[in-house]
Order: sequence, then structure tokens, then C-alpha cells
Amino acid sequence: MTTVLVYSDASANLGKVLDIGNFSWKAIDDVAAAGEFEPVNGWDGAVITVNDDTPEIAFNLAKTLRARENAETSIMLLVSADSLPELTDHTELFDEFCLTPFHPAELEARLELMLARTDGDSGETIISYGPLSLNVETYQAVIDGRALDLTYMEYELLRYLASQPGKVFGREILLSEVWGYDYYGGARTVDVHIRRLRAKMGEEHANLISTVRSVGYRFGQARWT
Amino acid sequence: MNQPCAQVALAAGQCDHWVMEPQENYVLRTVEERGVRLVRLWFTDVLGQHKSVAIPPAELEKVFEEGLQFDGSSIDGFSRVQESDVLARPDARTFELLPWARDDEPSGLMFCNIEQLDGSPFAGDPRQVLRRNLDRAHAAGFTFNVAPEIEFFYLKDADPRTQVEPMDNASYFDLTTADVSSDLRKTTQHMLEALSIPVEYSFHEDAPGQHEIDLQYTEALAMADSIMMFRLVVRKIAMERNVHATFMPKPLDGVQGSGMHTHLSLWRGDENAFYDPDQQYGLSTVAQQFIAGTLRHAREITAVTNQLINSYKRLNDGLEAPRWVSWARNNQSTLVRVPVVKPGKPAATRIEYRAPDPACNPYLTFSLILAAGMKGIEEGYELQEETRLNLFDQKSASEAGVTTLPRSLDEALYEMENSELVQEALGEHIFEWFLRNRRAEWESYSRHVTQFELDRYLARW
Repeated sequence: MTTVLVYSDASANLGKVLDIGNFSWKAIDDVAAAGEFEPVNGWDGAVITVNDDTPEIAFNLAKTLRARENAETSIMLLVSADSLPELTDHTELFDEFCLTPFHPAELEARLELMLARTDGDSGETIISYGPLSLNVETYQAVIDGRALDLTYMEYELLRYLASQPGKVFGREILLSEVWGYDYYGGARTVDVHIRRLRAKMGEEHANLISTVRSVGYRFGQARWT
Repeated sequence: MNQPCAQVALAAGQCDHWVMEPQENYVLRTVEERGVRLVRLWFTDVLGQHKSVAIPPAELEKVFEEGLQFDGSSIDGFSRVQESDVLARPDARTFELLPWARDDEPSGLMFCNIEQLDGSPFAGDPRQVLRRNLDRAHAAGFTFNVAPEIEFFYLKDADPRTQVEPMDNASYFDLTTADVSSDLRKTTQHMLEALSIPVEYSFHEDAPGQHEIDLQYTEALAMADSIMMFRLVVRKIAMERNVHATFMPKPLDGVQGSGMHTHLSLWRGDENAFYDPDQQYGLSTVAQQFIAGTLRHAREITAVTNQLINSYKRLNDGLEAPRWVSWARNNQSTLVRVPVVKPGKPAATRIEYRAPDPACNPYLTFSLILAAGMKGIEEGYELQEETRLNLFDQKSASEAGVTTLPRSLDEALYEMENSELVQEALGEHIFEWFLRNRRAEWESYSRHVTQFELDRYLARW
């Protein structure tokens, strides 16, 4: 069941669109309620109205949803033509938007498309690249058909890198994204884990992770763009 | 490995809203996917002996939630009169599959933190002591990185009644094709890599049968765990070939003993806090104060870095072990050496503390070296002049007025007993137990009539 969070201005109109679209939804009044009423499997989507006078409330809520550990909630902002320029500074906070007053058919279509898009992403249980494949549900990693014996942090690091092949990550970014702040080891920890991953993948595959001098690490081929 | 006589009863659940950590979920899924039959929970007693208790996978989730309760009173240094039950809490981030387990019976392992039944850290657990000291350094903004060089001997057997016989007669860096021990070392190295312990170098050391494996530097808690694993792997692989590997500091007369020279640096985030290009030798003020701290407190921490009676036979042997409390850049006879770093490699700026031997408890050893260094930083100790003499020459050392490390375990314990720094870093519980235990060891040694005495005195007196 897809559950959608709805923030404020939940006009009868919006409710009707969601009901017709067969979405399960819950209207909340403030940021705290977003956590309080969160379904067991998290919010699948959120429809948040940007108030012309106090747009920051909507952005704060979106930010909170994004900051959560499994930030898989896709976010649609409802915005008036007057407030539209506000969005340009916050592109990271939403996946979709719709102008108000909205057309019910348009809103429904956009919402469905948005949820379908992210569904595809979060439903992805296998990350594969060349000889490597990672099953994110069973936490198993296989290279050339051989199971890799990884520690949790090695697995998480590999998953993080492999889900964005071609992108270069600095040590500090990897440390904060993969390890979190609650950790003794400094940036050196990243080097040590990369070294271990290469050793465990075996010599012939060690170059799946390349070192980018004085920047960090990249998984897979460099992007040509 | 000794099994603690665990009445393996699970603690009553005290936590109403336990939420599984992702790393615990990872372990449970891996155990299931890989058909793991046994999970070994590892911890360490106060003297650094490895302890292990095995649980079936079915118990794992419960152990994550509640801990594993066992009677700690028969573990060295855990004993307490009143409350002897403690909890082992596996650290899921340390989970590994044992590379030597048979394919049809895969096993996993995890290191544990030991807690009291109320969930507070157990004061007798060396791993908790190191965590507490690392937390302190962390609060000051520092990460503590460590790289040990571990020496050991391969001997033909472990029987103390026969003459100690090394496996080979090779020497420093020798490459001998027919050398059983170099094959042993190679197998060991592969096994270590499979256990996520990266090896920097391995080679044949000076003495017959003596080998050295250097580990790549990493933060101190992970390294202390690695050393525990390392000692087990080295011995296990040797044992499979009927060879005895020993970390005893000085098993053979007349040749050098085994040390665990320890390279250290403090980091602030991505930066090596020991490096400052504008100061002499590239050593930052932090590094200088850290060195000053280790030198000033060296005598107090030696009972822990060198905890066996035999440890002092190595320190006193006049071969390559440090005896003098001093520092230098490229002088092997000093306690602290500052290796010369290639230009453009600031990350490699570090100091080498040369006293510890591989029979030490790595958790406590790292705790005390860190505490001594941090004291130097907190109090702004001034670093004395670099030693330019060769201190293996005793006369020149005495003339230079350099003090020595303790000459015996007895002397080292005396120094430790009067040390506030050691007491604070180890905590009351371990501090007192250690002194009591090591004193008893010394007493029984000092009553013992040795072969040396019989050889010298029996006929003549």
C-alpha cells in the first residue's frame, strides 16, 4: 500500500484527488507529526504545499524527510506561480512540483509518475556492475560468481560506491555517508577499507575501485561527461 | 583459545524498545545466507589472552538484543567478589567469516564489549578501557592511528623441557626457497588479508627462526582487535604444520628478542596532526608534546607495554631493544624514533615507540601510550633535545645523563604503582588487579632457583 504524507492546505479538493487515485494518505500539521504518524515502511510520498508567506515551513519539512536515514520518500511541492522562483534554490528538496491552483487530473498523473519513478529505484534489489553484483536485500556480494566475505562496513562502502559508478568521492564524504559521525576512525579508515575491498575482490578486479589522486575514490569507469 | 566456563544464560531483557542496528541485520542476514553454523564471540582478559564463547545462529538475535550473560569470575582480571556475572555485547561491525572454517561448517566471529548487567561498561574489560581513552582523544579532536611491527619466532616445538630450537637458520631479509617458515609466513599473510587485516611487509628477521610482519596503520581500536586476531592466525597456521609460533619476548639466549615497535600518529579529520612543514623535521607542536609525554611517562607504563618477566630479558639484552628513555630521528637505540619521511608524504609523519613486545595486551598498551602522549599535549610538555649518541654504548649514555627503562618487572611495577596517569587511564579495577597479579608473578620468580644459578654456583660454592 502506498502511503502519502499531506501537509497543510489539504483542501477537500486534494483529498478527493488522492482518494480517487486510491492513495492511502495522512494529513499532518507540523514536522513532528511527520515522524509520529509515519507508517512502518515509511512514507512513500509527500505532497507539501508551499505557503506564499511562509515558504520555509514547507522547505524545512522536505529537508527533514530528506535527512532521515532511509530517505526514500519522494516529495512533490504544490506551489503558486508567485512562489515558483523560491524553488530554484531548493532543487534538492523535491522530486516533482505542481502549480496551484492545480488541475486534479494533472496532479494525479504527476503524483503517479513520481511514485512510479521512485518505486523503480527503491525496489532495485540487485546492483550490478561488470563482474560484481550486490543484493541489497540479502546483503550478499558476488564477484564472478564467487561470494565475497565482507564485513558490514566493507559491504556498505562497496554498495555506496557501486550504486553511483563513475562518480568520485572524497574521503570525508565517504566517512560521513557510510560510517556516520559516530566513529573513532578518521579519513584513514576509508583507505583501509578500500584496500581490504580490493584485496577481497582479488587482483583481477582490484581496479574496479580506482584512486583519484588527492581527491578520493571512484568505482567503475570514469564518466566521460 | 580458552572457553570461559560460561553458564551461558541469556540476560533478562531490560530494554523495552530495542531497535536492531543495520549492522546487526547485516550479520543476521549473512549468517542465514551463508549457512553459518557457529558464531564465536571474542573478548580479551586483562593480560591479553584471547577468550571465546560460541553460540548457535539461532541465539544470535537474542544476543544482539540482550547480550550474553556469563560468569566472569574465572576470567583473569574480571573477578569480583560480589557480582561475577557480566554481559558480552558483540560489536556487529567486527563480524567476519572465519576463513579457515570448513566449507560445510562456516563459522563467524565478532569481538565483544563487556558490560555490567545494568549496561554500563565493565571496568575489567580492556577493550572498554581503550574505547574510553579513545573517546577522550576524540573529544580533543584527535583520531589515534597505529601500525605495529610484530616479531615472533617459529620453533620446532613448544616443549619447555627440550632445548628451544628455531625452524630455520636464515637471517635478516633472507629469501630461502626451501624455507618452511617463509611458506608459513606467506600462508599467514593470505589468511590475514582474508580477515581484513592489511599487511604492509613481511620478512625474515635477524635471528634464526625469527620473523616480522608489519601491519598497515589504522585507528587503534580496530588495530588492537587485529593484533588479537593476528596472534591467533600466526599460531594456528604454524600449528597446522607442527610448528610452534611464539610471541614470547626473548625465547633464545644470545640473539635478539621479539618486539612490537609501534608507529603512532594523531589525526584531525583528514590531516595528520603530527605534521607541520614549518617546524624542524616537519614535526608539529602536537607531535613534539606527544613525544615529550611518552618520554616523561615511559617508565610508568612499561609494566603494561612489557608485562612478562621475560620481557626485560629483551629490553636488557643490549641488542636492538631500546633501553634509554630518549628520542632521535634515525637512531635505533632510542625509545622513541622519528622516522625520516620522504618529501611530499606528510601522511607518513609519525613516531615509533619501540618498547612494547608482542606479548603485551594491545588494548592496554595503546591506552597507556595514548594517555602519556595526550598528557604531554594537555600540559604542553617541552620536548628534550634529540639524542645524537649511539645509546647501545652504555658509557656514552650514562655520560649523557639519559635515564633507562625499568630493568625488571619488579622495578616497572614500582613505577606503575606510583603513577596517577596509569591509574586514571586503566581505571581502578584493572590498575589494582594488574599490580596484584604481576607482583605475584614476580614473587614466584624471585623464589625460583634457575639453571643459571646452578651452573655458576653449585660446584664453586
